Amino acid sequence: MAEIERRHTIVVLVDNEPGVLARVIGLFSGRGYNIDSLTVSEVDHQRSLSRINIVTSGTEAVIEQIKALLGKLVPIHRVHDLTIEGASIERELALVKVTGDRERLVQALRIADFMRARLVDSSPGSFVFELTGNSDELDSFIDLVEPVEVSRAGVVAIGRGEIVLRPRDA
Amino acid sequence: MSTATMSRDVASTPKTGSRVVVEALIEQGVDLIFGYPGGAVLPLYDELFKQDKIRHVLVRHEQAAVHAAEGYARSTGRVGVVLVTSGPGATNTVTGLTDALMDSVPIVCLTGQVPTHMIGNDAFQEADTVGITRPCTKHNYLVKRPEDLAPSLHEAFHVARSGRPGPVVVDLPKDILMGSAPYVKRERVSHRGYQPAMDPDPMRVEEAVELLLHAERPVFYVGGGVINSGPEACQLVTQLIRDTGFPVTLTLMGLGAYPASDPQFLGMLGMHVTYEANMAMHGCDVMVAIGARFDDRVTGRLDGFSPGSKKIHVDIDPSSINKNVSVDVPVIGDAKRTLTSLGQAWHRRSNRHDRTQTESWWQRIDGWRQADSLKFRQSSTVIKPQHAIQRLHQLTLDRDVFITTEVGQHQMWAAQHFKFDKPFHWMTSGGLGTMGYGFPAAMGVQFGHPDALVIDIAGESSWLMNMQEMSTCVQYRLPVKSFILNNSYMGMVRQWQEFFHGNRYSESYMDSLPDFVKLAEAFGAVGLRAETPDEVDDVILEMIKVDRPVIADIVVDRTENVYPMIPGGAAHNEIQLCPNENEPIKGSEEGMVLV
Repeated sequence: MAEIERRHTIVVLVDNEPGVLARVIGLFSGRGYNIDSLTVSEVDHQRSLSRINIVTSGTEAVIEQIKALLGKLVPIHRVHDLTIEGASIERELALVKVTGDRERLVQALRIADFMRARLVDSSPGSFVFELTGNSDELDSFIDLVEPVEVSRAGVVAIGRGEIVLRPRDA
Repeated sequence: MSTATMSRDVASTPKTGSRVVVEALIEQGVDLIFGYPGGAVLPLYDELFKQDKIRHVLVRHEQAAVHAAEGYARSTGRVGVVLVTSGPGATNTVTGLTDALMDSVPIVCLTGQVPTHMIGNDAFQEADTVGITRPCTKHNYLVKRPEDLAPSLHEAFHVARSGRPGPVVVDLPKDILMGSAPYVKRERVSHRGYQPAMDPDPMRVEEAVELLLHAERPVFYVGGGVINSGPEACQLVTQLIRDTGFPVTLTLMGLGAYPASDPQFLGMLGMHVTYEANMAMHGCDVMVAIGARFDDRVTGRLDGFSPGSKKIHVDIDPSSINKNVSVDVPVIGDAKRTLTSLGQAWHRRSNRHDRTQTESWWQRIDGWRQADSLKFRQSSTVIKPQHAIQRLHQLTLDRDVFITTEVGQHQMWAAQHFKFDKPFHWMTSGGLGTMGYGFPAAMGVQFGHPDALVIDIAGESSWLMNMQEMSTCVQYRLPVKSFILNNSYMGMVRQWQEFFHGNRYSESYMDSLPDFVKLAEAFGAVGLRAETPDEVDDVILEMIKVDRPVIADIVVDRTENVYPMIPGGAAHNEIQLCPNENEPIKGSEEGMVLV
């Protein structure tokens, strides 16, 4: 099996119950796997289902093991590996604070305009920008504006076209 | 989480939470619980007092309650049930739960919890039980609403016994037990997320049979998963192996799945077991692993593991496949169902199989058998532990005998020299290697089989770890036999120190051991002792005859080692046999890092 480590985006549908996130995180920490990014939110209020998006990296064998172990967790309905199951879209949101003199702020505003970041707070000597995009775009923006503080939401992802992640009982 | 579809007509009139728990247990067929009371579970103990369908066994330590439930579960095929209080009651179960998780034993463990309004306040005897037990259970529940009681319990039993079995904890806050709750019947509870795959992919089954048909050097490698799948699975695997005429080796957990007295059986495989089994695994061209998980004690060094074989792996747990060893034909499914399909497919196509193609393979195997790898040097002055076990086996052949063990040298000798022809008669801590497992497990076995002869083959160090259970044995008149191979050492630790740490016996000698005969008598049990080889038979016969708990203190050779041995970090074909002179076994530098 290939020993090359690769980044994978894995999404799981879970029962929205206490402890379910701890089960997922415990699986990774207990076996020494990486979590590069993790997001979780309820996506189906009626069925009380949450969706967890996990970005992880590992060899093919490790990724297969992660998916098999996730699939064994009792509150987990579905496990999908968006990286290998067809085309998908990934987005992440960042709030980025830049401080400094007028010249620096104007320069940041120019970069923001060019990269389609939105100015969401303007205080004396400080701007906060909001940017949505894939992780690479966020990285580039942050590199360019040299912020004093960054808050990132983590990756959310969805398959393109007819790839639909449904709960088991739907 | 389970969901119960309830409408007014099906939800019965509210009862106390404790009553709901007891009714759910009864509906699940529970008639025996191993437990220890305490503040948080008093309402449940009160409810148990008022009924006579469920028998409660009072153990002397909560860890022993779980091991007893494991022994009961593994010898009967039923779910073992444990009831303990909050805080220390729950934390004491952690070793047992981890043991059950590693060895796939179905357990439901009910733990008391402080009232919901006090959770998180560092209340008296509060512990974060679901947090602590999350990594050592298959699943766990904290019941926060009375209406979730019955559904959670029913689901707990379903999760524990289905798929790859395992332990499940249900944490029960005291106010939920005392509050009023509706009862929900078992069939009203659905399990929407949890649906383990049971049926194998027919394509994979055909691929497997294709490999079997053309195998010239095949070997079956069968593990505890087949026993977990039930008696029928054991019959099916035995039938398939006989139909093919192929050799079979069993794992520590699989002993009994195929009769040990059958000529196709090569003995157990792994670090301390037969030369022919390990050489066959190393040299085979087709390996059929069924309900076994390529544990490091079985594989030895991974890059030297069976290098030339095509591997078929049947397992109910998808995460067991390709975990340590990458396989060619993965078959995910229940052993019984998969073996049914495999057997049918084999029959359909077996006219294409030529038995002579494995003849030269059998000749090689017979050559390996000549090494007589389980041999040991007999003595006329000191009792050899292997001899004691051989005599125990011979003198109990006419009895329905169940063996449990502790962990260490005696465990390996028991696996080598006590021959199991039937499944469900051998209970040992394989994955976790829990010293102190065997004695309480034997109690659980005896409760499941009141008329059988139940023997814990033990070492003195392990046995001391749960010796308090002798009190339980005496209270319930359990005639459990503790057959202690007493060498005054933690023998396996001592053996590794001899081989790999320059004979520096750091803390492996047990000074100030109790007088086991007097100890038995102090508990109200029977103590026997054998110090020379000619006393062994008499002690065994007396032990069997006495219808009470017995400690048989068998004083054995202090420095005997377990052979053969694959040193840590070595491959199967580097197995070392019992040395003829005093030539020491040496491990590699890399091997020393491994446990």
